[in-house]
Amino acid sequence: MTQVKQHKDPLLRIAKRDAIGRPKAYAIRLIGVLLSLLVSGAFIFAVTKLNPIQVYNAIFDGAFGTERRSWVTIRDAMMLLCIGVGLAPAFKMKFWNIGAEGQILIGGIVTAGLMRAFGSTLPTPVLLLLMAVMSLLAGCVWGVIPATFKAVWNTNETLFTLMMNYVAIQLTSYFVALWENPIGSNTVGVINQRTRAGWFPELLGQSYTLNVILVMALAIGMFLYLKYSKQGYEISVVGDSENTARYAGINVKKVTIRTMAISGAICGMAGFIEVAGVSHTISTSTAGGRGFTAIIVAWLAQFNTFVMILISFLLVFLQKGATQIASQFNLNDYASNIITGIILFFILGSEFFINYRVIVRGGKEGSAK
Amino acid sequence: MNNQIIQLIQSAIQFGTVIMFGAIGEILTEKSGNLNLGVPGIMYLGGIAGLAASFLYEFNNPDPSKLVCLLLSFLAAFLAAALGGLLYSFLTITLRANQNVTGLTLTIFGGGVANFFGGTLNTMAGGVGQISVATTSSVYRANIPGLSTMGVPGRLLFSYGFMVYLSIVVAIVMAWFLNRTRRGLNLRAVGENPATADAAGINVTRYKYVATCVGAGISGLGGLYYTMDYIKGTWANDGTIESLGWLAVALVIFATWRSLNAVWGSYLFGLLFWVYLIIPGLGRRDIALFNMLPYLVTIAVLIFVSLRNKKENQPPASLGLSYFREER
Repeated sequence: MTQVKQHKDPLLRIAKRDAIGRPKAYAIRLIGVLLSLLVSGAFIFAVTKLNPIQVYNAIFDGAFGTERRSWVTIRDAMMLLCIGVGLAPAFKMKFWNIGAEGQILIGGIVTAGLMRAFGSTLPTPVLLLLMAVMSLLAGCVWGVIPATFKAVWNTNETLFTLMMNYVAIQLTSYFVALWENPIGSNTVGVINQRTRAGWFPELLGQSYTLNVILVMALAIGMFLYLKYSKQGYEISVVGDSENTARYAGINVKKVTIRTMAISGAICGMAGFIEVAGVSHTISTSTAGGRGFTAIIVAWLAQFNTFVMILISFLLVFLQKGATQIASQFNLNDYASNIITGIILFFILGSEFFINYRVIVRGGKEGSAK
Repeated sequence: MNNQIIQLIQSAIQFGTVIMFGAIGEILTEKSGNLNLGVPGIMYLGGIAGLAASFLYEFNNPDPSKLVCLLLSFLAAFLAAALGGLLYSFLTITLRANQNVTGLTLTIFGGGVANFFGGTLNTMAGGVGQISVATTSSVYRANIPGLSTMGVPGRLLFSYGFMVYLSIVVAIVMAWFLNRTRRGLNLRAVGENPATADAAGINVTRYKYVATCVGAGISGLGGLYYTMDYIKGTWANDGTIESLGWLAVALVIFATWRSLNAVWGSYLFGLLFWVYLIIPGLGRRDIALFNMLPYLVTIAVLIFVSLRNKKENQPPASLGLSYFREER
């Protein structure tokens, strides 16, 4: 083993990019999305034998085929966006809040409880306000618990918030059993179906106008908060380097707890919107995994709430399409999870080509993509 | 001993075995510095691949051979799960994507694939809940003749399928590998400080890839045990594997990254989960509250570990970070 090996350049090597222009970065992401659409199209083709054009036609039909479907698409995109907006400050601070599911459910439980209790005694606007405030507080508490432990004892927040999800899920099944209606159905049923007390009112002739207004207000507010407020600046400093933050005199503990209070509160609010404005019931699937999907939405948008709107729509659009195709072909809804997964894998992979460049052996430095 | 208590212990051990496989695989993965939150998805992949392989075999053969059933389902589960791990490895190690986000995506994807094909298999078999792989499941649930009927000790120790014992063997082998072999030492070095390991001539990328893929394969066996033994060779789209997968992730912390702790930890989780069986007069509501226990205990352990802040109980130092040689 004394002989020195002949050195040979590897076929491909990787170098870090210095900086990349915004248009180029978005072009790379777009290529990623297009590739993912091709692969999901191929997947749908494999199980249904539809040709690709029919596939995309069917997807479009599923998402925007009728006015009702369009509104459902908008409604669901708004839900996903709302949760993503809630998660953005936490993740910008590099606080891994995996607990949105739980925060949504807690907000939902509180809303459903109040709706049941005061449906016949309080007028709807007062009740809506009460539900909004209480669900906000509930989500806030659910988020502050792990944040406090993180701030004081550096307890791992990823796993803490994850466990809080399951505590919330079990709590939900407790309340579902408690509020069961009709008895033996193991569901709460639609609350106040006859009186519609505590439901979002129709605005401009549409049931979901209020959802859109609320969520868009939150999205714009969060954008301004993160970008232009002092607190938003503190969040990004803590996220980049806790030591720098400490050196600059930022109270990291305070920022951590405050930010998670906001994050949890918005997620609790999402539970309120879902229960009072969409389903009018509560079950363990009220959050339905969207707490996890929203993490990816927030992360991929780099916490820019306007980019989040695009990503939420893209994901919901494809999910609706997949559901439509599934029902046409007697397949099940889980096809949409597969497609979501494929798209996210591609977008995640495309980030690599934004941060690094690949150099082929013998090729000129920097000439690679 | 009371019959109820024996049943409780049996349920606890079976429940524990599912999450023990998940946790041991994840311990191997995390020791290489990869925090794979895709465990639920990987267990889903393992479960459905094992089931699909044996179903297709039994469906097309009127007289299936037990050995083929066993090998086919076992290999299919391990390979499918390892493929999930490979996907994760490619994205996080080669493409340096964020580990948490990639893991979560893998969970969504794996759950989608499993429930999608689970539903399709159900349809092929003639309707919801119709799928059944009786022969394969019987192999997984076979006891040693004579021993399992030998009174209380027999029922407590010998009434399980072979995978219960396999999980303990895997835990012991894993502990030996990580603590007593050169490769285990290298792997731990990669997880603690990849730059130093790299400088010492260890192939960081290869160690990370192999550990993550093999770890995923082992986790996937948890899904296989769940479908074949725990629910007796059927499929249900009820999200149980996902919640068990997250418990497996929790168990890794509970065991403070030691596979031998995962053995008793998993049985303890099982006991906590099923303890309502021996408490008389509980309604469905109370059961829901009792099922919170494993999660509350994990939270308590998390807090306790962070309070004590002991060096040997900490996660691998580079856990969750991707490594790029030129970045110092």
